[in-house]
Amino acid sequence: MFGEGFLRTIEVAALALMLALVLGIIFGVISTSNNKVMRGIARIYVEFFQNTPLVIQVFFLYNGLAIAGLRLSVFVIGVLGVGIYHGAYVSEVVKTGITSIPEGQVEAAKSQGFTYIQYMRYIILPQTIKIILPPLTNQAVNLIKNTSVLAMISGFDLMYMADSWASSSLDYGPSYVFAGLLYFILCFPLATWARKYEERLKRNDTTRILYDPCEEAVTC
Amino acid sequence: MIKLQDVNKFFGEHHVLKDINLEVAEGEKLVIIGPSGSGKSTTVRCMNFLEAPTSGHVFIDGEELTQKNKIQLVRQTSAMVFQSFNLYPHKTVLENLTLAPIKLQKLPKEEAIKKARKYLAIVGLSEKENAYPSTLSGGQQQRVAIARALATEKKIILFDEPTSALDPETVQEVLDVMIKLSKENITMVVVTHEMGFARVVADRVIFMDDGRIVEEGKPEHFFENPTEERTKLFLSKILR
Ligand SMILES: Nc1ncnc2c1ncn2[C@@H]1O[C@H](COP(=O)(O)OP(=O)(O)O)[C@@H](O)[C@H]1O
Ligand SMILES: [Mg+2]
Repeated sequence: MFGEGFLRTIEVAALALMLALVLGIIFGVISTSNNKVMRGIARIYVEFFQNTPLVIQVFFLYNGLAIAGLRLSVFVIGVLGVGIYHGAYVSEVVKTGITSIPEGQVEAAKSQGFTYIQYMRYIILPQTIKIILPPLTNQAVNLIKNTSVLAMISGFDLMYMADSWASSSLDYGPSYVFAGLLYFILCFPLATWARKYEERLKRNDTTRILYDPCEEAVTC
Repeated sequence: MIKLQDVNKFFGEHHVLKDINLEVAEGEKLVIIGPSGSGKSTTVRCMNFLEAPTSGHVFIDGEELTQKNKIQLVRQTSAMVFQSFNLYPHKTVLENLTLAPIKLQKLPKEEAIKKARKYLAIVGLSEKENAYPSTLSGGQQQRVAIARALATEKKIILFDEPTSALDPETVQEVLDVMIKLSKENITMVVVTHEMGFARVVADRVIFMDDGRIVEEGKPEHFFENPTEERTKLFLSKILR
């Protein structure tokens, strides 16, 4: 039973993370564009989803849309709810990353004739990723933990399984301790990796990519 | 090749370029000098629309440069070398040279690499093709940036103070590369205070002050008998 919930949590988290990354990159990029309307749209998205509780957003998807006649499976609601919510945070992370790239990079790209989309793709975003990987991983950790809201709408996720086991056996302690342990197993390695990576980046100075002459040369 | 016609540029209230009229012939080497803040960079940046003029016209090869066609026209005609190099730090030296040819000019990869190697050889950095920019000295980075400009084989190369950010001991290696280039039929517009370079290379020098072209002539004219007081004052500072 816990195994099932554990798997469900991983599935929802993985799909929601992908959605959050896609939304985060799209809105992060347009929030740095020159177009006022686009920037405004990104701003509204970010502020709205960051400043209302995830629980309410998920309840809205569950009940609100049902009233409007649109019935989504709990699984889909989990992916959408958590994905869209964290997309707002990822968007801010991406935006900060992009604005940390020196203006000269854009100028060089423009002077070569790259369009906005092209220089974002080939020049700005690849440099951004390296910088934002640690905060992005922390987002992934939060996202995994937040999939536990699904329990509220009977999502058959890990938290739901812990809830129902606890109430059926009336043995609350072990159930939640065990569930907590499973969340920890998912999150701790990610968080640790992010911390290590960030320390390494700091040591090497963010702008430096160490060059190993033997890495590419076949002759050494 | 390049023509600026009645170009004015405002940054907010600040009138930075005032009625600039300037023509650069094909293959000409033009050097722009002048005090800091006089509008040299802005003038050069109008030539590839990194800055759009507030009023006036820019023509490249007879075609007017506009917001609409700037990417296409710039892509076909001009390259730029910056004071701060602006190499792509996540790419190797070779990749810095091949990125635009492969992605924009749609050159096959092998051909782009062949070309890149040719131009790296010209700037004397063949052995650095797999290095990342951050491992190179300032002078080497700027030579890579020049090679990157060359690799796209444009008719025009714009240089905005290419040696101003360099340690004194590496300035000459960059100037030497630029002198070598000047033997080719490339149109070069160079903002610099290196009057020694101007004397060797420039067909014409213009002196800018406060957003205007104050004086122009052959390099010798500036060494021997500049007419304007402002020019004399400026030259006395940089020639010392
Ligand atoms: N993007 C900008 N925004 C506002 N003012 C600018 C900008 N770029 C340049 N300026 C101003 O325009 C004037 C001319 O600048 P610039 O062309 O860079 O001069 P130069 O290259 O001769 O030193 C300066 O006073 C500078 O402060
Ligand atoms: Mg300048």
